Amino acid sequence: MKILAIDSSGMPASAAIVRDGLLEAEYTVHYKKTHSQTLLPMIDEISRMTELDKRTLDAVAVSGGPGSFTGLRIGSATAKGIALALSLPIVNVPTLEGMAANYHGSEALICPMLDARRSEVFAGIYTYEEDPQAVISDGMSMKILMDQAPVSVEKLCGKLNFLYEQTGRKILLLGDGAVMYRNIIEEILEAPHMYAPANRNEQHASSVAVRALEMLAAGKTETAEEHRPIYLRVSQAERVRKEKLQEAQKAGN
Amino acid sequence: MEEKREIKILGIESSCDETAAAVVVNGREVLSNIISSQIDIHTLYGGVVPEIASRKHIERVSQVVERALQTAQVTLDDIDAIGVTYGPGLIGPLLVGVSAAKAIAWAKDIPLIGVHHIEGHISANYIENKELEPPFGCLVVSGGHTHLVLVKDYGEYEILGKTCDDAAGEAFDKVARAIGLGYPGGPKIDKVSKEGNPIAIEFPQGKVRGSEYDFSFSGLKSAVLNYLNACHMKGEEISVPDVAASFQKSVVDVLVSHSMRAVSEYHFKKFAIAGGVASNSALRAAMEEACRKRGIRFYRPSPILCTDNAAMIGAAAYYDYRKGIRSDNSLNAIPNLKLGER
Repeated sequence: MKILAIDSSGMPASAAIVRDGLLEAEYTVHYKKTHSQTLLPMIDEISRMTELDKRTLDAVAVSGGPGSFTGLRIGSATAKGIALALSLPIVNVPTLEGMAANYHGSEALICPMLDARRSEVFAGIYTYEEDPQAVISDGMSMKILMDQAPVSVEKLCGKLNFLYEQTGRKILLLGDGAVMYRNIIEEILEAPHMYAPANRNEQHASSVAVRALEMLAAGKTETAEEHRPIYLRVSQAERVRKEKLQEAQKAGN
Repeated sequence: MEEKREIKILGIESSCDETAAAVVVNGREVLSNIISSQIDIHTLYGGVVPEIASRKHIERVSQVVERALQTAQVTLDDIDAIGVTYGPGLIGPLLVGVSAAKAIAWAKDIPLIGVHHIEGHISANYIENKELEPPFGCLVVSGGHTHLVLVKDYGEYEILGKTCDDAAGEAFDKVARAIGLGYPGGPKIDKVSKEGNPIAIEFPQGKVRGSEYDFSFSGLKSAVLNYLNACHMKGEEISVPDVAASFQKSVVDVLVSHSMRAVSEYHFKKFAIAGGVASNSALRAAMEEACRKRGIRFYRPSPILCTDNAAMIGAAAYYDYRKGIRSDNSLNAIPNLKLGER
């Protein structure tokens, strides 16, 4: 099983080739250049370094969102192009599940969060449990405790406090949201928690690939035609229009 | 080595609100021309919303490519190069087409060629006129562009004049909105003008003092708005067909007079129009008549090739392909790309 994985959902751009249990190559850049210029050259570089025969790929995994709308579309369009050209399935990995896989196998409450503006974060809560059917070599599989969604930091911390009381599991925080809202988190989050170090804090295509392996085993794939990003938010124009229509309706009643 | 006779190019276009793909042979023969328009969605907002357009493009890009290949009865293995619009246009929409085109080209080891959107519009004229070759003059008029261009050779252009403010098509949209015709304004004004008197109201021409080939349509648009306002204040009834026809005449007049001035000065034997507004029946008729009077050949694409489409991108890419022009994996979308620059 050979997977090409990409993540351009946030500030870092990342590409990886994973063959079964082996990470053959990974290239991650967190610098100012735009993903549209960097992502494909990075894919090309790791492919050449590992002498990849593209016809031997089994799937393309993409970090599908949430994230920067433009970044998500660059990743999606790239995945679609490759999948269409090579007749491959796409594994649409929810971005926060991919990030949680930075800690694959950990029994902590893993909580990746990304700044979502409008005083919210995109966040999810995950953990790993022993699983006889596990696809990954450590015998652990991901369990989703809170599916990724836009949420206020306050509400998220409340949920984490609650889950800690229930499970006794410590909390691992990661993502740019955890860095940005650290002050608020420190005020509200009573449960024991820690922040991810630099090598685990952000999006990594290798983690996207690891999560994709689990999803592939569960048959969760899409065709190029079916695939679309997971925005988790409507566009501003749609939101404004909906609000106006609702107001007009209220005024009419 | 004998040169391959048939060069098949897959064109991809997503610069505004049309997701399009096409297969074109040798820059002139269209095997397929698939266009997925988003006009219905943007009509709700009175114009193109970039984020919504980008979302629709990503939903449709692989469908249009696959349909273009199927309709042409080819596979990617038959494709010699991929041409993609990389500017000018809306950044979000452009990035979808560029990213997808780059990925397909990379996956199949097919050469990639970034194409200028206006160059595509100009090249639309090659498709139905096999004998047309540069040099010639071309007026490109659309919702986003108004350019008077000297086409010196394939891929070589000199911009003689352009708009200083609104594009001609933009003026159509704004005036259509003001007189209650809605979006998109071009076809609606064209239609209603047929029942109006084009000399009923005298609107100013979109000329620019001191630059004989440039255009300005924002003053004309304001004049129409002022006229409507004045009628409203005086309680006079407005004739929508008359306003539309008079406005349209004013736009067409300046487009034709600037074009014909260029014809005289540069001794063009051939003149072409291109872009969405080139579908306008009054412009087509006036330009044809002006060219006939001067004894020069007039060219205009069929309406399906005037609107944003990918066949024109495939046509333009062919001539770049023959010159050995290639884009690499780092090709980026450039929203304000200038004609003739790379």
